[in-house]
Amino acid sequence: MRRYLARKLIIYVVTFWVAATTDWLLPRLVPGNPISLLLSKLSLQPTTYNATYNLYMKAFGFNRPWWKQYLSFWDALVHGNLGVSIYEFPKPVTSVIADSVLFTLGLLIPAILLAYFAGNKVGAMAARRKSLDNTVLPVSYILTGTPYPWLALLLAFLFAAGGIGHFFPISGGFSYGLVPGLNWTFVWSLATHWVLPFLTLFLVAFGGWAIGMRNLIIYELESDYSHYLEALGAPPKLVRKYAYKNARLPQITGLALQLGVLVGGAVLTEVTFSYPGLGFLVLKAIGNDDYFLLQGIFMFIIIGVLASNFIIDIVYVLVDPRTRVGIAGA
Amino acid sequence: MSIQRRKVALGLVTALAAASLMVPLLSAGISGAATHSTRDSVTSFPRNETLYTSGTAYSAPTNWNPMNLGNYATGTQGLLYETLFLYNPLNSKNPYMPWLARGGVWTDPGTYKITLRNGLTWSDGSALTSADVAYTIMLAKTNPAVPYSNLGPFIKSVSTPNSQTVVVNFKAGAYTVWSNFLWSQPIVNKAVWSTWTPAQQITDANTSPIGSGPMLLDSAATTTQSVAYTVNPNWWGIADLGLNFRFKYLVDVVNGSNNVELGQLLESNIDLSNNFLPGISQLISSPAATGKLNASGGYGLATYYPTAPYMLSANTVWLEPNLTKAPMNNLNFRKALAYAINPQQIANVIYSNIVNPATPTGLLPNLNSFIDKGVVSKYGYSYNPKLAKQYLKASGYKGQNVKIESPDGWTDWNTGSEVIVQQLAAVGIHATAYFPQYAARESDLTNGTYDLALDNNAGPSSTPWKYFDRVFQLPIAKQQTAQLNWERDNNPQAWALVQKLGSISPANTKGAQAVYSQLEQIFLQTLPEIPLWYNGAWAQYNTSYWKDFPTVATDHYTPIMWGGWLGNMTTVLALAHLQPVG
Repeated sequence: MRRYLARKLIIYVVTFWVAATTDWLLPRLVPGNPISLLLSKLSLQPTTYNATYNLYMKAFGFNRPWWKQYLSFWDALVHGNLGVSIYEFPKPVTSVIADSVLFTLGLLIPAILLAYFAGNKVGAMAARRKSLDNTVLPVSYILTGTPYPWLALLLAFLFAAGGIGHFFPISGGFSYGLVPGLNWTFVWSLATHWVLPFLTLFLVAFGGWAIGMRNLIIYELESDYSHYLEALGAPPKLVRKYAYKNARLPQITGLALQLGVLVGGAVLTEVTFSYPGLGFLVLKAIGNDDYFLLQGIFMFIIIGVLASNFIIDIVYVLVDPRTRVGIAGA
Repeated sequence: MSIQRRKVALGLVTALAAASLMVPLLSAGISGAATHSTRDSVTSFPRNETLYTSGTAYSAPTNWNPMNLGNYATGTQGLLYETLFLYNPLNSKNPYMPWLARGGVWTDPGTYKITLRNGLTWSDGSALTSADVAYTIMLAKTNPAVPYSNLGPFIKSVSTPNSQTVVVNFKAGAYTVWSNFLWSQPIVNKAVWSTWTPAQQITDANTSPIGSGPMLLDSAATTTQSVAYTVNPNWWGIADLGLNFRFKYLVDVVNGSNNVELGQLLESNIDLSNNFLPGISQLISSPAATGKLNASGGYGLATYYPTAPYMLSANTVWLEPNLTKAPMNNLNFRKALAYAINPQQIANVIYSNIVNPATPTGLLPNLNSFIDKGVVSKYGYSYNPKLAKQYLKASGYKGQNVKIESPDGWTDWNTGSEVIVQQLAAVGIHATAYFPQYAARESDLTNGTYDLALDNNAGPSSTPWKYFDRVFQLPIAKQQTAQLNWERDNNPQAWALVQKLGSISPANTKGAQAVYSQLEQIFLQTLPEIPLWYNGAWAQYNTSYWKDFPTVATDHYTPIMWGGWLGNMTTVLALAHLQPVG
């Protein structure tokens, strides 16, 4: 077990280094200079422009050679410092992210977990009932094939803009007439604003899980061990239990792979609903050449995806006896 | 049994997930607000006491430093910090309104005397005196990064004979820069700014602003989505000008997409929208069949003009030729462009007439009195494909393809440049529309690696000086970073004229006009830029909760919250005249 974890850990550290370096490099390869972009709309006279430009270049450390910038990036990173946002200057990137990250987590965690469990449950049910299968399968195919922003617009049209009714607000994280605080008006506002973006993420992911589980269960039910169990006279319930246990494994691997996709989906969904999470912030950071913010958000995503993969690795050991045997044998 | 257990487990997980969803959201909302709070325990703004505005902010409000031009939150200039004078672009006879200053006068050609109003105070109760004004002026000399540091070299000395009088002594050539300072630069608090380092004076976020203006920052209610202000009961304007704000709170919302903003406006969640909303003219002119109807029919939307162009003009959109490249460096080719393009068609088709085509000089309508009609009738141009073909022939154009750049996602400009491509094709010019990312386009213009570009960096001003300063600025650097003279026009004669304006006293209107006429003539003869249309000062009013917004028929104030308008022009007066509905 220790060797297994050590090996995994090394892989994660190398992955992190590659991802972080890419994260540092990519925004800097985008054409344009964030400072001249920042100053572009100010119509300053040349001398003032140069003084202001130099002030910002120094403030952000862009006047140093690239390798120094890279080293100080790592130095700051290990101290938990992600720099200062250019677009929300002079707010530190960590606090810009802190303001948004919980909105994204509040969408992603429930969407991932609920879609995973509900999708697997419904998929498994569909596999054993023909009538259910006839509706679940096509609906799931449509859902999983739907692009996030399109579904988001559809939901917004139907439930917010009056297609069916005005049940939910169309944009934002809460009504801007409210003063944030622990009171029912505010909590209610948060909840109603959350529903549509959550549904978007949930529905698309749900479709994928349901299809996957349905196919896997059918496959498992057709496999030799199932037929053997049936031949021994085991009740169908028991056979399905074993089939479900085996079908679950590829789904867990899928969950690890899905995380990255879902983060991307969250970006598009948040943009569509102007939901003030990280995804919305990514768009703004790109539009403003905000190296530090972009870097910070991706760093957060990188750490998030790596950490959840690590957790899934461990979960895998717990749910798949074969991995345990493999580790013990190694 | 096992199924039972699984059900319990599933139930548990679901409950956990549900719980995990509320906790982050709650703390998100709370951490979204700034930490320090002084307001009473109101948990939401009463709708009938709150004015909602949008269309200005594109990032979360984080900064209330008026020196930090690019980043300060909406209202920092105008609601918190104020200028000595305001400029009223809608009153050509009397364009400068005394604001913090009661008056100002050139006592001799090198001396300007400012007299402050009585009873000016900062929001912490201390008096705003001549010392604050003198300090603000002197920053131009001591800190090269303040936005108005170009004023510094012209200042000889500043003195404060008493707490309400400031006397500034100038070297020659300061007139244009100084008059620009008077209405565009807010006075800052000496007690605060003098404790900061030069870098801090520009970059400090100033999250507990001590201003002189009509509003106070409501930090507790300011979130990543909006900035909130409450009315300052001790503002000098209440006693001195009799201005009383009828709303108690002002909330400026950070923009989502145009569609979202349109939705919010139609739902009466926004009272004053300064967003560009394509197709708004249809919603204003026709009572809509769906949505929220008010007594007057339709959505209850209004604009400054009841009919086309609906909006005031905000800036000039040019077709910007790169004068260092062939064929754009050929005057006959540029003339062919100017005659080939029909901006009226773009105004009709792309903008549904919410913009006006530009006049040949490109000077905004508020500067009409500066336009020499004799010069324009002699050297001006208008849509004429036949003439365009003649000039094209004379230019020796060999059919090269030229790219017209506009930033990706600026849909009106993108489609506008496609229309221009067609119009140019009709006279035989091969052009293609090209939509790079904003930052890439910026880099192309700065480095001079473009052919033709749509550009609008000449905003509103009180004289044509700023406009020609942008067009003819010399010297030309390898990187034209300051966004001046992007077309790279090397015309020393014109630049000398622009500089000459600095030494013509504002009282000598005839002398100034002679120079403007010359500049206009050079502009029309050499066509360094080709003016196309005037981008609108987009302003849509929803009159469900507040009425008496500025219109052409009533008070002539600017209904614009944008930086450079709110606090410099008459937007604060427009806000002060709003009345509740019912």
